[in-house]
Amino acid sequence: MPTSPHVFAAVSVRSIMLKVILALTPGLIAYLWFFGPVILVQIAIASCTALACEALMLKIRGKPLALFLGDGSALVTAWLVALTFPPIAPWWLTVLGVAIAIVIAKHLYGGLGQNPFNPAMVAFCAMIIAYPQLMSQWPKADANAFWPMLTAIFAPSREVDAIVMATPLDALRTILRDPEQRATIAGFLGTQASFGNIGGYGWEWIAMGYLLGGLWLIQQRVITWHIPVAFLATLAFIATGASWLDPERHVGASFHLFTGGAMLGAFFILTDPVSSAATPLGKLIYAAGAALLTWIIRSFGAYPDGIAFAVLLMNLCVPLIDMATQPRVFGWRKKS
Amino acid sequence: MLEPLRFPGGVKPAAHKEESTRTPIRIAPLPPRLIVPLRQSAAGAATPLVSVGAKVRKGELIARPEGPYGVAVHAPTSGEVSAISPHVLPHPSGLPGLCIVIEADGEDLWREREPLDPDHAPPQVLLSRILDAGIVGLGGAAFPTHVKARAKISTLVINGAECEPWITCDDLLMRERAETIVAGARILARIMGAKRLLFGIEDNKPEAACALERALGELDCGSCAVVRVPTRYPAGGEKQLVYALTGIEIPYGKLGPDFGVQCFNVGTAYAVARAILYDEPLIARVVTLAGNFEAAGNFETLIGTPIEQLLPLAGEKPDTDRLVMGGPMMGFPLPSRAAPVVKATNCILAMSPSLFPPPPPEMPCIRCGACARSCPMLLAPYELYWYAKSKNFGKAQEYHLFDCIECGCCAYVCPAHIPLVDYYRYAKSEIRAREREKAAADAARARHEFRKFREEREKQEKAARLAAKAAETRAKLALAENAASTPMPRAEDDQAALIAAAQARIESQNTEKDR
Ligand code: SF4
Ligand code: SF4
Repeated sequence: MPTSPHVFAAVSVRSIMLKVILALTPGLIAYLWFFGPVILVQIAIASCTALACEALMLKIRGKPLALFLGDGSALVTAWLVALTFPPIAPWWLTVLGVAIAIVIAKHLYGGLGQNPFNPAMVAFCAMIIAYPQLMSQWPKADANAFWPMLTAIFAPSREVDAIVMATPLDALRTILRDPEQRATIAGFLGTQASFGNIGGYGWEWIAMGYLLGGLWLIQQRVITWHIPVAFLATLAFIATGASWLDPERHVGASFHLFTGGAMLGAFFILTDPVSSAATPLGKLIYAAGAALLTWIIRSFGAYPDGIAFAVLLMNLCVPLIDMATQPRVFGWRKKS
Repeated sequence: MLEPLRFPGGVKPAAHKEESTRTPIRIAPLPPRLIVPLRQSAAGAATPLVSVGAKVRKGELIARPEGPYGVAVHAPTSGEVSAISPHVLPHPSGLPGLCIVIEADGEDLWREREPLDPDHAPPQVLLSRILDAGIVGLGGAAFPTHVKARAKISTLVINGAECEPWITCDDLLMRERAETIVAGARILARIMGAKRLLFGIEDNKPEAACALERALGELDCGSCAVVRVPTRYPAGGEKQLVYALTGIEIPYGKLGPDFGVQCFNVGTAYAVARAILYDEPLIARVVTLAGNFEAAGNFETLIGTPIEQLLPLAGEKPDTDRLVMGGPMMGFPLPSRAAPVVKATNCILAMSPSLFPPPPPEMPCIRCGACARSCPMLLAPYELYWYAKSKNFGKAQEYHLFDCIECGCCAYVCPAHIPLVDYYRYAKSEIRAREREKAAADAARARHEFRKFREEREKQEKAARLAAKAAETRAKLALAENAASTPMPRAEDDQAALIAAAQARIESQNTEKDR
């Protein structure tokens, strides 16, 4: 006989996942605007692969197909892979990445709810180690270059070089590391002509889109403010401090916040409930740690962006963080 | 104006209070047969004082409280005791319990009644009247009121929050009988020496709050107040309401009086007033019939009324598929419609598949933390779930399993639709069973050791007897030989010492058992 409670709030894993996807659309629209419809192709590839892998793994593990396929979690992973991989990544790279995310990072760890690492970030890190070249190849922000981009996905050739351009983060790193160039941050930002030179042409608008969607997720109570606020605030704080100490070598906060995967990471990746810290204080520590690592990897590492590695490293710390930050239980004062 | 504090967590399920507040409290007709369970509260039992065939009058004591938590049971109407036999009870276990069955004679004839003067009778007399009247907490937990009222406190909280959706018996009682509730509250305050009297009411019951304020106003009561707490389940949880009104957090294992505060339900205060002012024991209560009814409402019902006879009064709809006693958040499914109304029956919720759809299928926990944000006890329900599921009960206890009040907020909000509270109930009962087992095993071991000891002792005694006999023979022989004999060891002395030691051991074991 059913036991109490006998009533339930109108929420489900599925409704949460669908809201996350919905919240990604403002960013996606900006992405479309600047890089053209090629991203839709990537999302389609990723989604189909994710659903196929998910179905296969559910079948192998003997889980109810309809229930779990419909939960939307595989789609969220697919979207995150598509949005973090270069839009001109060859199709098989996306397929491989999604397969790694779903099969290894999710199901081999026990499926929905059991994965200690964010599947999309596992895919990103695995691919960037295996194919650093392909994973760093970003096109110029040119919405009209659909055909060359499509060719790059399905029939890569040398011609791809014509549409490739360094991302703002890459450009920054290259310039700062090259003593010949005697580049300054101010000069660099001047070359990324766009509105206010915040995070590089196009990038800042996409980041704005993610910010908007992320705020909506907070308003919808799908996520709490802790992780995005702690992450962005810490990143801003460190970036500001560093650029104040050494303005020649370190770029300021607004660039860090509005370029690369910072916004996507803050609102959509770090907030993945399964692999993130769950207590309020734990979330703050987890996100602040991720911000510190992101800044270090961006500033001193060799990879285009630091978010993915930062996320995985912090995922590793989650059990410890959660254990150490259990909140005080009602009626139990600090002393007891 | 006292501003209530915000207790942590909580949820806001649809209240559904209007359905059963459209009509005033109706009096349920006298049923032909009443089935009065002897055990009216979890802790309290009672010993029957009547035998089959006895004629009883309304309000007559038919079972005497047993032990410190016992609760007196009275005849709800006049008539004849036709049986004292096991009958199905409104209890989640579905197990039958001993009931006194009374065939009503229709006269509804009262016994002699001796009202007390609430302002001048000594508090001790008032307290023993509460015990004699068999009053228990009417909010649902049915804890004996005389036990709770024994403490000396400074602040008395009267709980009219009624936070469970659908239930409105307290609401209507406050609207219609506020004076009596206030009178009962003042009696309780006098008994317990409380200086401050606070009524806590959820702000979705403005009529009730105004009625109480009017009743208080007439009395010119110095430090009394009606506090409207925001409507958020479980505002009527004892710990939550006490916190909202006083800022006191009562932890697990402690009681209100440890902090100078005690909390009673409005229905309990009403029952106290009836017992003192009219010498009416607790033989009736207001029961909400809500859910799948044509005309949901509240009925003043005699304890012992079979629930199936109550249902037609509100027009039970045919597609009702189960009944729940209590509200949708904490109520339990009734094992049978033949179960009687007991003192704890605040609401009968009729459920149909369309009104209360079954929960969607269970998914794995995604650690979204929604449960923790809704938990009024600030627990980590997902951790408790994890440890209960993996039978790691020690860890579950470390994460404060026993602080859980089983309010159901966590399961209400869980997007994975995990029946979380079931896991906690399961873990708690497992832990309790293990503790009982361990105690039983300890006792068995003690018994076993004692038996071994006794066998050993008997063997020794036998050996001693044989030795004594041998010695005797030897002595005789020696005597016969007329030789000078050396004194033999005193076997009898050894034996006496052994017996004394054994007795001491038995005694010490007995006292340990008593503890
Ligand atoms: S609400 Fe449910 S899914 Fe979310 S953390 Fe709690 S138990 Fe897990
Ligand atoms: S049932 Fe227990 S764990 Fe769940 S919300 Fe209530 S007190 Fe917290």
